[in-house]
Amino acid sequence: MAMSDLTLPRAHTPERATSESLLARIALIGTAGCFLAAVLFLPLIVVFVEGFRKGAEVFFDSFTDSDTLAAVRLTLLVAAIAVPFNAVFGLSASWAIAKFSFKGKNLLLTLIDLPFSISPVISGLVYVLLFGAHGWLGHWLKANGVEIIFAVPGIVLATVLVTFPFVARELIPLMQSQGTAEEEAALTLGASGWHTFFNVTLPNVKWALLYGVLLCNARAMGEFGAVSVVSGHIRGLTNTMPLHIEILYNEYNFVAAFAVATMLAGLALVTLAAKTLLEWRFSHSLAAAHRH
Amino acid sequence: MSVPVKIRDLEKSYGRYPALKGVSLDVAAGELVALLGPSGSGKTTLLRTVAGLEQAETGNVFFGDIDASQLSLRERRIGFVFQHYALFRHMTVLDNVAFGLRARPRATRPSDQVIRARAMDLLGLVQLDGLEGRYPTQLSGGQRQRVALARALAIEPRVLLLDEPFGALDAKVRKDLRKWLRDLHQRTGHTTLFVTHDQDEAFELADRVAILNKGVIEQVGPAAEILERPATAFVASFVEGIARPETRPLARDGSVIRIARAH
Repeated sequence: MAMSDLTLPRAHTPERATSESLLARIALIGTAGCFLAAVLFLPLIVVFVEGFRKGAEVFFDSFTDSDTLAAVRLTLLVAAIAVPFNAVFGLSASWAIAKFSFKGKNLLLTLIDLPFSISPVISGLVYVLLFGAHGWLGHWLKANGVEIIFAVPGIVLATVLVTFPFVARELIPLMQSQGTAEEEAALTLGASGWHTFFNVTLPNVKWALLYGVLLCNARAMGEFGAVSVVSGHIRGLTNTMPLHIEILYNEYNFVAAFAVATMLAGLALVTLAAKTLLEWRFSHSLAAAHRH
Repeated sequence: MSVPVKIRDLEKSYGRYPALKGVSLDVAAGELVALLGPSGSGKTTLLRTVAGLEQAETGNVFFGDIDASQLSLRERRIGFVFQHYALFRHMTVLDNVAFGLRARPRATRPSDQVIRARAMDLLGLVQLDGLEGRYPTQLSGGQRQRVALARALAIEPRVLLLDEPFGALDAKVRKDLRKWLRDLHQRTGHTTLFVTHDQDEAFELADRVAILNKGVIEQVGPAAEILERPATAFVASFVEGIARPETRPLARDGSVIRIARAH
């Protein structure tokens, strides 16, 4: 090896294969930077600027409004139900898909992707057609005094449907790449199915699971389309934060609208920060998993 | 502790493709038998069926007098070693080895100290003292496979099943581990079945070799016997060019004479 070092002619100006001229680099990076600023950062800044336009006092006053507080509470409630639900079912579905072979597996995979591919409005309409007053089950529900559409259950259902793929989509590729050898090893060593799941399968996907839960949570809190269809926009009762923001905005109550928007954006930023932190952790354990 | 294994008329197919076509084999207690064959010959399927990881359509496996089909996978107490180790990547070496004991129901589970001591003993047996705190990714391939072996031995298995244990290792490490496994087997005396596609490995390691082809065992016997009197044309062509193992001559009664190796 030392020989070849000596015999190889040395390049005087080693050029990297990937280098571009300075001008081209500035132009490309500048374009990308401007685009990001205009599309991503500017709106975020506008939300905060508009929220504080009439001073901090008016800004904080917006949160004392009982309808606003009800919207915040509802959003948190919906996320608190939809996220654990989708975490459990997303994990179950991924586990079934990645670790077993059965008939209808591809159909299940397609179904999981369905909420990603159809418009959220349709996701909402499906429930109206099913449970609405004129829907398939409408009469029966009304006769039994069960309210789903224009009530909290409908909002939860629509949110669950729209956010279902996040956890499953995060877990399936990872679980498939990990295969079933570790589970087989655990079973031959005498572990029960539950012991294997909690001590082998789950620890191997815990970072991906948390990551999926965060994404699912962000979407659950921010979902507008599907929820808008089933909610009925009853103030203080069936308005989530995104719906409440729209109402305030349509009433020219800009400061209040942007104040609530800052809160929603704040939740998103916290989620993003947590996600970045996880990605950093996750990349290590992912890399370890791949080296294995 | 070690029991004989009786395999009777196992048949299994994947869809329309038959993997095992009526395989029978007897393995004496404490014997080391190699399942040798080209890829697709059914050797891994046979091993996984004995382990209970695959279900045969017909046929039986007996561990001693016990019909294995009466036992669930966890009741079989099989020490299975996988080609790609299948170590628990998020656990230390010690936790990997202790897994089988910790997974026992509370009534039969030893105390934490006993488990730890037993795992440390096993790590000594596979010559990995001092590495108990490492994670699998921090070990070489040969070390990982020894951890996998220690983990399998920890549950005091009825039978040890090795699926191409050295298949993923380089030639030098393979040779070292071969010798080492032979010595370990002589010390622990487990009934052992191991799968390989490497003729040299099979003939050097095993008491007897079973040669599989297309889901059928074509010949079973000690190395010298197979090399001198191949039963079928396939066996003859498959073992062609293998050096006769001089260390393991055939005695008059057909059994293998063991010669202590000088180190």
